[in-house]
This record gives sequence, C-alpha cells and structure tokens, in this order.
Amino acid sequence: MGKPSDLALALESLRRALREQVVPLLPHMDETQEFPDSVRGLLTELGLLTLVVPEAHGGLGSSLTDLCRVIEELARWDASIAVFVQAHATALRPLLLAGSPEQRRAFFGPVVEQGRLFAFALTEPHAGSDAAAIAARAEPAGDDCVLSGRKRFVTNGGIADYYLAFARTGPGRKGLTAFVVPARSPGLSVGKRENKMGLRASPTTDLFLEGVRIPAAHRIGAEGQGFALLTATLTASRPTIAAQAVGLAQGALDTAVRYAMEREQFGQPIGSFQGIRFMLAEMATAVEAARALLYRAAACHDEGVPSPALSAMAKLFASDTAMRVTTDAVQILGGYGYLKDYPVERFMRDAKVTQIFEGTNQIMRLVIAKDLLGRSRE
Amino acid sequence: MKVLVLVKQVPDTATQVKVGSDPRAIATTGITWIVSPYDEFAVEEALRIREKRGTGEVVAVSGGPERVKEALRSCLAMGADRAVHVLDPALEGADTLTTARVLAAVIQQEAPQLVLTGRQAIDDDTGAVGAQVAELLGWPCLSWIMEEAIAEDGATVRAGRQVEGALELFDLPLPCVLTAQKGLNEPRYPTLKGIMGAKKKEIKELGPGDLGVNVDGPQLELVRLEALPPRPPGRIIPGEPKEAVRELVRVLREEAKAI
Ligand SMILES: Cc1cc2nc3c(=O)[nH]c(=O)nc-3n(C[C@H](O)[C@H](O)[C@H](O)COP(=O)(O)OP(=O)(O)OC[C@H]3O[C@@H](n4cnc5c(N)ncnc54)[C@H](O)[C@@H]3O)c2cc1C
Ligand SMILES: Cc1cc2nc3c(=O)[nH]c(=O)nc-3n(C[C@H](O)[C@H](O)[C@H](O)COP(=O)(O)OP(=O)(O)OC[C@H]3O[C@@H](n4cnc5c(N)ncnc54)[C@H](O)[C@@H]3O)c2cc1C
Repeated sequence: MGKPSDLALALESLRRALREQVVPLLPHMDETQEFPDSVRGLLTELGLLTLVVPEAHGGLGSSLTDLCRVIEELARWDASIAVFVQAHATALRPLLLAGSPEQRRAFFGPVVEQGRLFAFALTEPHAGSDAAAIAARAEPAGDDCVLSGRKRFVTNGGIADYYLAFARTGPGRKGLTAFVVPARSPGLSVGKRENKMGLRASPTTDLFLEGVRIPAAHRIGAEGQGFALLTATLTASRPTIAAQAVGLAQGALDTAVRYAMEREQFGQPIGSFQGIRFMLAEMATAVEAARALLYRAAACHDEGVPSPALSAMAKLFASDTAMRVTTDAVQILGGYGYLKDYPVERFMRDAKVTQIFEGTNQIMRLVIAKDLLGRSRE
Repeated sequence: MKVLVLVKQVPDTATQVKVGSDPRAIATTGITWIVSPYDEFAVEEALRIREKRGTGEVVAVSGGPERVKEALRSCLAMGADRAVHVLDPALEGADTLTTARVLAAVIQQEAPQLVLTGRQAIDDDTGAVGAQVAELLGWPCLSWIMEEAIAEDGATVRAGRQVEGALELFDLPLPCVLTAQKGLNEPRYPTLKGIMGAKKKEIKELGPGDLGVNVDGPQLELVRLEALPPRPPGRIIPGEPKEAVRELVRVLREEAKAI
C-alpha cells in the first residue's frame, strides 16, 4: 500500500475508528455472537474489503505485507473483526491468481462499489485436514454448472454475498475446481450460526448447495486446477492467520503490561517481581519472533517467491505463540484475568482457533517436513 | 465555492504534557501529533458544503514545522482537494497575531468565499486566531457555530451558535470566517482509499519570502510555563454509608467550605 508513512496513517485512522466505534461493542458481540451491521458498515466504509483488489479495479492493491499489517492491527483489538477481513481476502485470492479479466471485473466491481463480501467454502463434514477428499460435485449443464454438496465451518457464512467454493469435477486431486457462487442463487442455503468457544462474533455456518445452478463462467481457473489453486491460496493466506495470531497476542501482552504496572500486591506493583518481569520479557520476545517470521513469509510472497513451507512455519509459530502468550496474560491478571471484565480471556479463547483453521498445526508440520524431506510414504 | 480551512497540528489528547528543557515550551519527544479536534469539525463541514453543492474546492492550510505535513495529509485523506503548508521558522513560538497575519496573507492569495476553523486549538486554547484573521481581512466572523447553511446563490450564510438555552441564528455575507464548535457534525474517518488518494494531491509549500508578511517578533511574549503543583491526593472516608455521608457533609461544610 505504498510508502510506510501511508500505511502508518492508515493504521492510525483505523485504530481511532475502532477505539471509538467498535471496542465498546466487543463484550456484547462476544456474549451474543452478533456481528453488528454498524461494524460491517464501518469496516467496509474504511475500505478494508478492497485491500487486495487491484488498483486497476478501484481497490487498494495492497501487498501481502500490508494486508498482514492491517489484519494484525485489527486483531490487536479483536480477532473476530480481523477474521471478517481475513476470510474475505482469502476468498478473493483465487480470483487474483487465476481470474480472467471478465471475472475480475464482474466480482471486484461489486466489492469496491457496493461493499460486497466474500466467504471461502472448502471444508466439508468428511474433508477437513484432507481437503482433497471433498465430495461436493459440480456437473455441467449446457452453459451452466450445477453444484451439490455440504460445506462446513464457513466464516462469514450467512452474511457473505459470494461464496468461493471448491467442488469435484472429476476423481482425485486433479478433479477439484473452484467456483464463485452468488449467495442469492436458488438452492443455496446456510445453516445456523455455530456456537463457538472463541471468535464468537464471527459467523461460522454450514453452506448447503442443493442443485445450485451457476453460469460456467463462474468457474475460476481451468477445470481440475482447483487443488493447485488451493495450495497457492493457502500459501498466501496462512501469513494472514499468523498476522491475526500476532495481533491478538500483542493485544493480550499490552493489557498484561499495563496491569502489571498498576496492580499492587505485597506493597508493590506485581510488575516489580522478577517472576512477572521474566514472563513478560519472554512473551514480548516470542511475539516479536513470530512477527519477524510472518513478515518474512509475506515478503517472500511479495517478491514473487511464495514459499509454502515459510507460510506454514509462520502460521505454526505465530499461533502457538498466541496460545502461550494469551494464557500467560490471563495468568498475570490473576483472578481478574479469568473474568470477562478484561479482554485477555477472550484473546485466549480466540487464540485457539489460529492453531486449527486454514490447516491445523499438525498439517503445518506436514507441509514443512514435505519441503525438507519430500512426500511421506506413510 | 472555494472553502479554506485553517488547521493546527496539536499533541494527541492523551498526551501527558511535561514542561521541556526550554521552559517556554513543552517536551515534544514521544508525542503523537493530530489535527486539533475542533479543526476536524471545520474540515468535515467544508467537505459537506462541497458535497451538498456538488462542486467546489476545499483547501486545508496550516503553518508550522515539517511534521505539520502529516496533519495536512490527514485532511487530504478525509477529502480536502489540496493543502498549503507555511513553513516559516518565524512561526515557531509565534503569538496568535503573527500566526493570524501569516494565515490572512494565505487567504488573500487564495481568495476563498469562506474560511472555516476550529473554535480553538486544544493545545494552547487561545481561541484567538479565527477572530484575528477575520479582523485582519475585514471580514465578519461568527465563532462557535453549531450549524450553517449557505444560501443557494452563495452570497450569504445562515449560521447558528448555542447560547444558554437557545440557538442564536445569524445571517452573514460571504466571504466570512466561521469557527466550529463541537456538535457541528461528526467528522468522517479518513478511509484507506482516501489515504492512498491523498498521495497524489498537492501540498503547496510556502516559505518566508512567499507571503510578503513582515514578522517583527511576537507582541505577546511567553515568559515561561510553570508546572502546576501536584494535586493533593484524594481522601477516602471509610465506614458505613450513613456515617460516611454525614462525615462527608461535615468535611465539605467545615473544612472545604464548599457548602
Ligand atoms: C472458527 C472456524 C472457522 C473456519 N472457517 C473456515 C472457512 O472459512 N472455510 C473453510 O473452508 N473452513 C473453515 N474452517 C474449517 C477448518 O479449516 C478445519 O476445521 C480445519 O482444517 C481442520 O479440519 P477438521 O476440523 O475437519 O479436523 P480434522 O481434519 O478431523 O482433524 C482432527 C485432528 O486430527 C489431526 N490430523 C488430521 N490429519 C492428520 C495427519 N495426517 N497427521 C497428523 N494429524 C492429523 C488434526 O491436526 C486435528 O488435530 C473453520 C474452522 C473454524 C473452527
Ligand atoms: C473462579 C474463581 C473462584 C475463586 N474462588 C474464591 C473463593 O471461593 N474464595 C476466595 O477467597 N478466593 C477465591 N478466588 C480468588 C483467587 O484465590 C485469587 O484470584 C488468587 O489468589 C489470585 O489473587 P488475585 O486474583 O488478586 O491476583 P494477584 O495476587 O493480583 O496476582 C496477579 C499475578 O501476580 C502474581 N504475583 C503476585 N504476587 C507475586 C509475587 N510475590 N511474585 C511473583 N508473582 C506474584 C500472581 O501469581 C499472578 O500471576 C477465586 C478466583 C476465581 C477466578
């Protein structure tokens, strides 16, 4: 997004808008699992849905590095608002990688002009870690395509205007294809909002496709190119999960540092006890290390040499760091950290999913090991 | 219609102000600088005037060191069309009359139909510059406005200011100077798109020679800033509410003599 000073100005503006308009709503959003229209409106108005849309289409044309900076800033306040932007950006990635000029015009236009939202629909009941096992089918019907199947765990489900869905057009890995499915298509419906441990304000739903007819022109990339497109998309997307993890870890750390300076026990601030000081020092070091790795992965992508292994390392390390740092932040706040009066327990619940989605951390290890050793014959 | 907005860059409202090593200034290390909030109302109002009329130009003007460009960029990101930055060492530590002279000279060059600014800057709170600029130009000035509506022909403006229990409405001929009170509007946040677009907008820099203003030193000379004595700590009155209230009333009457 241009010079660092522009980004600094953008982040400052973002911070201020969030502090004034969103932060006061967060406890309520967490409690009720609501994602208020006012919050969607504000994030849209600020331009966050157009971050990855190319400048030629009226977007901001952000690098992956800048996208990660914005997501990190959002997550410092709340992971649910970060993932609203993150999942949308991930769903647009296949269009950036393989969309035809007509498709880019057709789908980026509504995002920029009308604030239309995308969601990413890959996971299925029997295909989580094993993404190549998906069963949703896409069958040709004249100039159209008919999609049938059930998707699970769709972030932005029910509030999205378009679903980037993967479906089977043939057997095996080479039989996967990506499609853009408009939310208002007949035969498309969404399930109830899942009741979650964390990320509660972010809607997660099933997506039911029952004979959904879409124009064949909504197919992104060539038929059978879906798995390759998925791999490239996840390589670009995993650093944004890492950014979410680093942001929320930083948010928890900031709260813990402030608390340690204020809370007194044994006649002095708990921040003067070595036991607390060393904890905070280690937390800060881990967050910085995760941040460095994440921006290295993003920089490789931006320099045209995306690395699946580096992206996986960034997500693995940042999400494990977020889990540890948020747990320690709760510890530093003592009994008060366990209450909903402070945001650290929410950060701790939100941290967990960063070790799970867009590939669990076991899967991250598989990706890294494959890069080191080649494919396993297990 | 061309609307010119005078903005000042000030320390963020959350700043812990400390007297600097030069006792006539505050310590500026580590300060975050922002556009003075009342000036933001002025910028917002100017943008709304342009949007309502469908045409026009909004020019943001500020004087001060290089960092002031950030404040101007933020006005451009909100939607101002261009900016003017007066970069003159004589403005460092200038009194309000000097500042007003410089700004009045810019206004004469730019010849807008309307000048908007905040009712005061939140750093030194003098509240003088808007009125002084109007005086130097010989233009009418209405301060602390809560609303305004420019006549369709662009010849006059009706503006309201809040007074005890009422809204005072005035008609003024244009050009004039209006200063903004809180409540005039809700300023928009600079969008990411606005911030990117701001890069391409012009910030014209004017130096000492460019305005033909003779700056002959401040008439108001700042002697020094004195830190206030630390506030005595609060006192907690313990005990059952009933007795505590009785004690509080006694203290307020006999010791503080407040009631
Ligand atoms: C809040 C939330 C939002 C989500 N959003 C989206 C979304 O927007 N779009 C989308 O498509 N999906 C989304 N997901 C789904 C997510 O990507 C999957 O949950 C994740 O990939 C894991 O799949 P699974 O839940 O089926 O677990 P499983 O694959 O059943 O894994 C269960 C456990 O087995 C382990 N495991 C599996 N295979 C191996 C192996 N080969 N070696 C070692 N261990 C293994 C896993 O690591 C895990 O610990 C979301 C999930 C959540 C919780
Ligand atoms: C769900 C719940 C139920 C509870 N139930 C009860 C109950 O039934 N009865 C009851 O009396 N209490 C109860 N408590 C209170 C609980 O025992 C206290 O929260 C706990 O003792 C910690 O005190 P604190 O929260 O004031 O934290 P603090 O004492 O303020 O500690 C904050 C942090 O500083 C650390 N710390 C403090 N001093 C030092 C030191 N000298 N060196 C190094 N680190 C230090 C602590 O380990 C902690 O990490 C409950 C708390 C919870 C959350």
